[in-house]
Amino acid sequence: MNRLARRKLVSALMFGLTGICTLLTISSLFFILGYLLWHGIRSINLEFFTQLPKPPGEVGGGMANAIAGSAEIIFLATFIGMPVGFLAGVYLSEYGEDKFSFVVRYATDLLNGVPSIVIGIFAYALVVVPLGHFSILAGSVALSVIFIPIAVRTSEQFLQDVPHAFREAALALGAPKWKAIATAVVPAAFSALATGMLLAVARIAGETAPLLFTSFNNQFWSLSPNQPSASLPVMIFTYAISPYRDWHRQAWAAGLVLLALVLFINVSARLLLPRRVFK
Amino acid sequence: MTAAAKTKSSAVEPHAAALAQTAQKLTVSHLNFFYGMHQALYDVSLEVEANRITALIGPSGCGKSTFLRVLNRMNETVKGSRAEGSVFLDNDNIFDLDITLLRRRVGMVFQKANPFPKSIFNNVAYGLRINGLCSRWELSGAVENSLRRAALWDEVKDQLHKSAYALSGGQQQRLCIARALAVNPEVLLLDEPSSALDPIATSKIEELLFQLKRSCTIVVITHNMQQAARISDRTGFFLLGRLVEINETATMFRNPSRKETEDYITGRFG
Repeated sequence: MNRLARRKLVSALMFGLTGICTLLTISSLFFILGYLLWHGIRSINLEFFTQLPKPPGEVGGGMANAIAGSAEIIFLATFIGMPVGFLAGVYLSEYGEDKFSFVVRYATDLLNGVPSIVIGIFAYALVVVPLGHFSILAGSVALSVIFIPIAVRTSEQFLQDVPHAFREAALALGAPKWKAIATAVVPAAFSALATGMLLAVARIAGETAPLLFTSFNNQFWSLSPNQPSASLPVMIFTYAISPYRDWHRQAWAAGLVLLALVLFINVSARLLLPRRVFK
Repeated sequence: MTAAAKTKSSAVEPHAAALAQTAQKLTVSHLNFFYGMHQALYDVSLEVEANRITALIGPSGCGKSTFLRVLNRMNETVKGSRAEGSVFLDNDNIFDLDITLLRRRVGMVFQKANPFPKSIFNNVAYGLRINGLCSRWELSGAVENSLRRAALWDEVKDQLHKSAYALSGGQQQRLCIARALAVNPEVLLLDEPSSALDPIATSKIEELLFQLKRSCTIVVITHNMQQAARISDRTGFFLLGRLVEINETATMFRNPSRKETEDYITGRFG
């Protein structure tokens, strides 16, 4: 075989290999989606959305309280995490040129890598122990700790993408720096910032471990932030490891609902992301 | 020795005969400017005359942009930068003025048109709003006035609420000029305002500057010798961080007093 033919063969082989690996990557997503759809669709029914859980062993019931509980925990966590993450992101992007902000960036990345179960323990010590009981609030605090580093780094990134020319234009018109940021930089990045926040919401929506000993679980309705509450991820965990067939079915249904929610958020985030009008 | 040659050692002195009626708007004396350890300007002294167009020419990296950005202290956004010497705007030392106040008095237009991703109206209204003017009535009057001054009104009056990005490059640059004019600056600094534009858009900007000098003092950087000759009343030539020469434009181009100036103008380098 001559050189050229060998090169062409190696090239074709490597090209094929990259193709196979790409396929593997996306097929795992579609495998998960398909598998969950297959089991979930058969398991889901109206009761699932409207009923409270039945006692162990009884067939039927639903997870209405867990759906509401998850919504409340995620909302509260976003409420805590979004302003903190956003403002810290503004600091890093607009004021962060010194050593301190290098430390902040590094610490944020470390926080992002802390195992979620450890964050659960942290929230347990911080909120559950002083209050003396599990609560939605404790779960929200745990999730907000996961929310913050994501919000910080995406906010910083998207603000950095705003062309320097906008800052200069605002400053040259006599805007003080804070005003230039508030009226020229942040609005220019607004939809990108919203995307970042949505991605953070999607990320915390599926977290289970931090909720296990913070918001814990509940058989009944509990919408007070001071009470423990059921949540979809914890219900999936509890039901999946139970010995009851009907609970397994409901775990599949819950998995499908949770995944649909996360996909929905991710897709909306993608749609919100503006086409780049400036560069 | 010509009259021009005599002024080379004292370039800051006005030409009494030609400029009897003009006043000094900006007076720069012994300005040195540093980016960290690097010195970008060496002992620059000059005066900018009110209601005239001063063009600054010179090869890339000669410090003319740095000089322009000292005049409204935009350079202070660069970390580790430092200015020595003094710059007076009328009777105020600009380094003593509140920086936001200074920038309202000394507006700036950049090389590349940089409208905000907002509507045409909101772009022009931006400077007024941040200065606390909010009444819809006053705003729309001021916006129209600024757009008229920037010779853009007739082209955009029916689409004020369209995005500024719907405009052509030349229109965007005039929009940026309108935005700068809206806060009624006394001095307008322009850093190569037409370098990215085609000849027609360029000539519109040039006409506009000609109109504007009645109401404000203009300092414009240009790489284009013909442009400097066409539009400016006075021209300053920078080289390697130094002001080589500043003079009446006609004198400068016909009869430069320094060899470097002549070489640059005739295209022998730069």
